Amino acid sequence: MVEQTLHSISLYLPEIVIVVTLCVIIVADLLVKGIKQVAAWIMLAGLFVSGFFVMLQTGTTDSIFYDMAAVDPFAVFFKVLLILTGIFIVLFSMKNTELEEYSTRIGEYYMLFAGMMLGMMMMAGATNLLLMFLALEVTSISSYVLAGYTKKSTRSSEGAMKYIIYGAVSSGIMLYGISLLIGVTASTDIYAINEALNAGTEQTLILNLSVLMIIVGLGFKIAVVPFHFWAPDVYEGSPITIAALLAVASKIAAFALLIRFFSVTFIDSAGLSVTGTWSSIEGIHWDVLLGGMAALAMIVGNLTALRQDNIKRMLAYSSIAHAGYILMGLVILTSEGLTSVMVYLFIYLFMNLGAFYVAILFMNKTGTESIEGYKGFGHRSPLAGVAMTIFLVSLTGLPPTGGFVAKLYIFGAAISAGWIWLVAIAGITTVISLFYYIRVVRNMYFFKPGESDEAITFDTTSKIILFALLIPTLLLGVYFQPVLEFARNSMLMFGF
Amino acid sequence: MELQIFGIGILTWIVFIPIVGMITILLLPDKNRNAIRWIAAIATGIQVILAGVIFAAFDRTKLGINDAESFQFMEKFSWITVEAVPWVGRIEINYFLGIDGLSVLMIILTSIIAFIGVISSWNIDKMVKGYFTLYLLLVTGMMGVFVALDFFLFFIFWEVMLLPMYFLIGLWGGPRREYAAIKFFLYTFVGGILMLLTMLALYFSVAYTDPATGQSVHTFNILHMMNPANYVDGGLLSGVDTTWRYVAWMALFINFAIKIPLFPFHTWLPDAHVEAPTPISVILAGVLLKLGTYGLLRINFPIFPDATVYFIYFMAALGMISIIYGAFCAMAQDDFKKLIAYSSISHMGIVVLGIAALNTQGMVGGVLQMFNHGIITAVLFLSVGVLYDRTQKRGLYDFGGIANQMPKYTGLAMIGMFAALGLPGLNGFVSELFSFLGAFEAYKWITIISVTGIIITAGYILWTIQRVFLGETPEKLTNLKDLTPREILMFVPLIVLIILLGIYPSPAIELMNSSLSHLVEFVTGGGL
Repeated sequence: MVEQTLHSISLYLPEIVIVVTLCVIIVADLLVKGIKQVAAWIMLAGLFVSGFFVMLQTGTTDSIFYDMAAVDPFAVFFKVLLILTGIFIVLFSMKNTELEEYSTRIGEYYMLFAGMMLGMMMMAGATNLLLMFLALEVTSISSYVLAGYTKKSTRSSEGAMKYIIYGAVSSGIMLYGISLLIGVTASTDIYAINEALNAGTEQTLILNLSVLMIIVGLGFKIAVVPFHFWAPDVYEGSPITIAALLAVASKIAAFALLIRFFSVTFIDSAGLSVTGTWSSIEGIHWDVLLGGMAALAMIVGNLTALRQDNIKRMLAYSSIAHAGYILMGLVILTSEGLTSVMVYLFIYLFMNLGAFYVAILFMNKTGTESIEGYKGFGHRSPLAGVAMTIFLVSLTGLPPTGGFVAKLYIFGAAISAGWIWLVAIAGITTVISLFYYIRVVRNMYFFKPGESDEAITFDTTSKIILFALLIPTLLLGVYFQPVLEFARNSMLMFGF
Repeated sequence: MELQIFGIGILTWIVFIPIVGMITILLLPDKNRNAIRWIAAIATGIQVILAGVIFAAFDRTKLGINDAESFQFMEKFSWITVEAVPWVGRIEINYFLGIDGLSVLMIILTSIIAFIGVISSWNIDKMVKGYFTLYLLLVTGMMGVFVALDFFLFFIFWEVMLLPMYFLIGLWGGPRREYAAIKFFLYTFVGGILMLLTMLALYFSVAYTDPATGQSVHTFNILHMMNPANYVDGGLLSGVDTTWRYVAWMALFINFAIKIPLFPFHTWLPDAHVEAPTPISVILAGVLLKLGTYGLLRINFPIFPDATVYFIYFMAALGMISIIYGAFCAMAQDDFKKLIAYSSISHMGIVVLGIAALNTQGMVGGVLQMFNHGIITAVLFLSVGVLYDRTQKRGLYDFGGIANQMPKYTGLAMIGMFAALGLPGLNGFVSELFSFLGAFEAYKWITIISVTGIIITAGYILWTIQRVFLGETPEKLTNLKDLTPREILMFVPLIVLIILLGIYPSPAIELMNSSLSHLVEFVTGGGL
């Protein structure tokens, strides 16, 4: 018993480090007054140490805390992504005019941020329904508060309020679904549930209902249509760093949970190579349902993004659309489909954070969030302009950028599984997305800056961060074999 | 045949020399305008020399098309390989370059036009550094498409051209440049998506057996896609004459038809041409349009011979409509650039009609017409550019009596005009003749109707000559300077080619004859 616990703790170090970081931030925030940005540095150090421990787990496949969570290549992949995002967000937050207004409360910000990181990392590994829900709630509650962090601004409070209400309702629905599922299968462990389901159950109706409810809860987290209504308001209201965190990390974690939950719970492992998916629940065509949601997300996200003028809102809708593209991979629960999801998320991390970062830089310098306000920026700051162009082109999916490879794999997986209609919709919406991404580029370059507008320059740190995002975005467009192999090797889930 | 310079194949050099130039330019400060121009000129100049080397060393007897062994200057490296995993099989993307009789002429054309484009860009003063950076990137994309034999690589080069073109039109163009730029971007992007989806469908339908390991390997290799034996059972595009194969052919065809541009996908072209700066118009008409017909011949025809035969009448009919419709539209224009834009649609229709004949004559005529039209239309756009530089006008009714003012210019421009008209002794005549002869064998009525397009062409060209070069000189235009040495330099190589290929076209025809005959046999034989 003690041995098992000690063993589990040794494999739980990344999460423990984050918890310790959280505590240290609270204490340091109270005691240390002299050093600037002390919380940020602690957070950064914590993330690096945690990342180091995650790397040590490469190749491990184990179950910890009496099958509550798994440490497997799949979890490691997602934790790496999450920590990477976390590091970037800390770097973004260190120099941000929005946050500087609240510099006395900055300890709070990082503390909640650490809480969110903890929740998300737990989401990546959880194999027990209760732990899954717990992780989801830790993440959500931290992010509700973070969304309302700039409390003097009304739209921030409004966004946070909407977020809580939507979040609470969908969590409730999901919890109800989970309880139904536990009731039917008499277990909380997803592998045990899988066994119970494969053994056969009579309660098809309740089973279907419970899965639907769980999809509602997770659909809310990844902001997929029709559970997306909160996203634009929350993104617009949150500090832009938190918007970036929600758009990237929160999505990555939710997809990790979603993939693990569905691919473990509802797959008939025996028939896997033949039919692949969804064989344990009958009644509803789950793949068609998810496909429909993906299609809706792509259509609604892209079409609505066309009409946005606020860069945060535009990126919010674009991230809804991207959730749709990613969901396409999940529709095909084969290893091809899931690998493509992972490749997509990996690339999405760099390009989306990149777009957010340039937006942050422009906001710091000029205070504008409006796309119309971007006029002439390309001439005022060639470096950031070119970088933004590359990030947006990558989000559109044009070669030779990473975004193209991401789309290539998702589209490829869908085509190979015969989902032609879904791919057709994805193709059309990709063309639509070109409009709003290129509009930003157009505004940056096709207008001369005004007489009084000076050149926008950045310090070296900002440039380094920019290049740290830019180089992978470009490099992944021409050489993506390592990512592909990383994702493929990470497909291995514990006991699966 | 292989040819290496410093251990790197000649095709890699010719594709990536502009990138080297581009990086050098990026490292220079903005102020060194002349240095930037010279670097661009040197980079494209080296391309011309390399193209000359290729022309000299090219083996005219080798077939190419579907036979990997007979491609020349081949370079093949593994780019991305993912070892076999359950359910998927091995994945392979190659850096695979090579040329045959179909592409060699296009490479020569691209290098010449790119070089002349740089000379004609010499007087661009706005954001010189950005301009030449994008220009050289564009050149790499164009050259890459003509040498890529891996579909993935082909696609990347194809799409790489989009963004530079968007900026080159949008930033350096005329008053409605923004509209023209986004229209161009959208049209080609739609085509690109269609091609992407087809490419993926092909990829999953094709798997060859690796002789070394016996593994089944999915591949983007275009040559493997041409072999019916490589299609996996139950693949989306497996079989012959299936609905999905027709759909895939159509998707690719629409993509290429947008680029050509064929009626009814042509509407972006007049806008793009009118708004683009002169050198970009030259590139656009001289090379970019040829990518469309080249794609048809490289991809549609040999990969989908069954669907090609099925749709061939449709293709020929679209060619005919383009010829007639383009010519009539050209007749109605009073903007010089728009006139040439529509004449391009008409002349590219001849290419499509020629290759749709599916016989050697028509095919040779079509490909030669691609080359000739590239040369001729470049001369025409340069002529407009020369007038526009001096007067800031493009309206056909704004001019008159230019012949008295600028005799050298008039002489050179008229040769281009007459070549476009199809005057015997100039290159346009030869290729049009071949195209129509080939087409007549295959489609009597379509060809007869199409040939009337020549009469309309003669009509608008002669009328243009009359309006611009002859007659009274308006008072405002009395002090026009004749061509400068730089301008003469950009005209002369093209004019020489026009006359040379008009009198003695064999060197060009020899280059492609055997490959194209093989392509015809391959397609009409159903890919066997």
